[in-house]
Amino acid sequence: MPATPLIAYAHVGKSFDDGRVVAVDDVSLDVAEGEFLAVVGGSGSGKTTLLRLANRLIEADRGRIAVEGEDVSRIDPILLRRRIGYVFQSGGLFPHLTVADNVGITPKLLGWPQAEISARVDELLDLVRLDRAQHRDRLPHELSGGQRQRVGVARALAAKPRIVLMDEPFGALDPLTRDALGDDYRTLHRELALTTVMITHDMTEALLLADRVAVMRGGKLLALGTPAELAANTDAYVGELLRTPRRQAERLGALLPRDGTA
Amino acid sequence: MSDPRWSEALAHLPDYLGNHVRVSVAALALGLLISLPLAIIARNRPVLRGTLLGVASIVQTVPGLALLALFYPLLLALTALTATWLGFSFSAFGFLPAVLALALYSMLPVLRNTITGLSGVDPAVLEAAQGVGMTPRQSLTMVELPLALPVMMAGIRTAAVWVIGTATLSTPIGQTSLGNYIFAGLQTQNWVFVLFGCFAAAVLALVVDQLLALIENGLRNRRRVRTALGGLGIAALIAATLVPAIARPQARYVVGAKTFTEQYVLSALMAQRLQAAGLSTATRAGLGSNVIFDALAAGDIDVYVDYSGTLWANQFHHTDIKPRAELLSELKTTLAKQDITLFGELGFENAYALVMPKKRADQLGIHSIADLASRAATMSIAGDYEFFSRPEWAGIQKAYGLTFRAQRQMQPDFMYAAVASGEVDVIAGYTSDGLIAKYDLVALADDRHAIPPYDAIVLLSPKRRDDEVLKAALRPLLGRIGIAEMREANLRASGNDASSSPDAVARWLWEKVGPR
Repeated sequence: MPATPLIAYAHVGKSFDDGRVVAVDDVSLDVAEGEFLAVVGGSGSGKTTLLRLANRLIEADRGRIAVEGEDVSRIDPILLRRRIGYVFQSGGLFPHLTVADNVGITPKLLGWPQAEISARVDELLDLVRLDRAQHRDRLPHELSGGQRQRVGVARALAAKPRIVLMDEPFGALDPLTRDALGDDYRTLHRELALTTVMITHDMTEALLLADRVAVMRGGKLLALGTPAELAANTDAYVGELLRTPRRQAERLGALLPRDGTA
Repeated sequence: MSDPRWSEALAHLPDYLGNHVRVSVAALALGLLISLPLAIIARNRPVLRGTLLGVASIVQTVPGLALLALFYPLLLALTALTATWLGFSFSAFGFLPAVLALALYSMLPVLRNTITGLSGVDPAVLEAAQGVGMTPRQSLTMVELPLALPVMMAGIRTAAVWVIGTATLSTPIGQTSLGNYIFAGLQTQNWVFVLFGCFAAAVLALVVDQLLALIENGLRNRRRVRTALGGLGIAALIAATLVPAIARPQARYVVGAKTFTEQYVLSALMAQRLQAAGLSTATRAGLGSNVIFDALAAGDIDVYVDYSGTLWANQFHHTDIKPRAELLSELKTTLAKQDITLFGELGFENAYALVMPKKRADQLGIHSIADLASRAATMSIAGDYEFFSRPEWAGIQKAYGLTFRAQRQMQPDFMYAAVASGEVDVIAGYTSDGLIAKYDLVALADDRHAIPPYDAIVLLSPKRRDDEVLKAALRPLLGRIGIAEMREANLRASGNDASSSPDAVARWLWEKVGPR
């Protein structure tokens, strides 16, 4: 594993409702620079809480979280969030702001000059493959779900963060759009040398996009590794999660032979 | 439109409308200044939110007229305090109490809609605001307020319409408004005035509502031109109403009048005399009976006509009744202690009297209140809004042992018709009222002197005590207006035609009583 991890969780815990609900239970996890990590789990597994602890949308009860080597509890949470990109489930765009204003929001909060923001917005719309002229001044409700999520990604990248956190970013999209967006993002991740943590409940998506996959259940980190390492894991739940993509791959392989007409 | 009352109404419009807009805009601005921050503070605090909305709702249930009337004594007490402790005083009359009461009145819709609008913002959007690195303040100004704006503006528009409508009720506490048309018209049966006042207030409310709608539309659709146009419209409206106030020199003398016909005529008469003497004069008509005396004492008005018995019983709370001359001289001494000058009597008396149709009185053999006593148990009586709570009524009841089957309160001008038609059996009328003769009614004799004398007297404010110009202008009226002239003047003023405006009747009266 290269150098110091960009995000490091050490024995982190978080509970809600005066300790009655344990969302994250003693999780230790390092995310290396340039790595694409997917966190997989069912609802209530604590995966979203784990993600939000990193930019202090949620405060940890126990343990230590470091981002770029700094203990997050010592960083002003507002400034911390401005330097970490965050992609929300189904976009989370501001409905009263245009695409350009949505994308340029974090640079604006950081006090960039207007001309610089404007140039950055154009650059980002190109990056996420949205036509500038056509989309710049539209409001979110005038966009399709896929376009909204592209704007969401552009907004997360606007202030040139090194880290991007994604909360089930492609979950609400139709399969084709989802696939295209996933591929496009994977390219961006590589070209911009980002470090990405993505939450998903879809193991197939996680395996296809991520370098490593973390499996969570009941607030605990159950397994962590490359797809190949996961395949060797003996845990029953991990096996169950892998069964679906395996079966799909087998059936698709049978249905769509390489030398076929498809 | 050939009716001169329309042109008279129009002539008052710049003054009434200007004052109405100024008081409404000031009240609305103050209301917003208080309720918007309160709503923002309360949005995440359920207890505070509940308390605020509860209090605002209770305020809303207080009738507008009562709320306005309450602020006058409140401020009067406050100004007495600041005068004693801080060495300055302010006018508790007119603008200030009206603005405060109306501002309070405007708070509910603004509070409720702002809180509703803010709490209606999608939590996912709030999360996104936090996630992109907004501070709570930035989240409020860049996300929550813009999203809540349509609902908030709806509340502001409701408040604007309420304030403009309710401002017509600020006339009785001395704030000139479009209500002056309505109060004067209602008292002198000038329906042209009543209609004109209602119409003007409705149009004003509509215009302001539409301008606010334009601003809202512009803000929501990010059309700067629309927002600017709406803002410009409001600014123009305020500017237009300020121009006459700047251009017109402040009147030096203010003549007050209570809320009934005779008072409108007499104030018009005094104003005409002052103007004839070259003094710049304004009239504050339609003032509440209790407001007007305090307003004179505080110097908010300079001169008005009151009645000896009214002051004796109501203002100074005497329960005994003295002979006329004695009562007047004692009153003069008491008033002088407050530095108020009892300048003199006009010559007639406007006393309360129990009045019934002459025919019926003759049939029943009733000629005095004592005769009435035996039959009262089967009869009903009507009086004006204050009569039954006045000490005179208690005095009459005690002296004659009167108990009626029912007692009703009525608009004074309608009582006479009511008793003439048999709707009620007896009314507590006024001896100077011309309608007594018109409807062939008779005032019953008060043999036991339970009703005090009610000489019409001219009172001057403390600062006019030694004003010889003023005194010279009014002196020709003293002792000149007899009961016959006043009755006829009142009858003329209660008519519903062009020659029945208080100004016209006042000119007629001067013709009759002025020096030849």
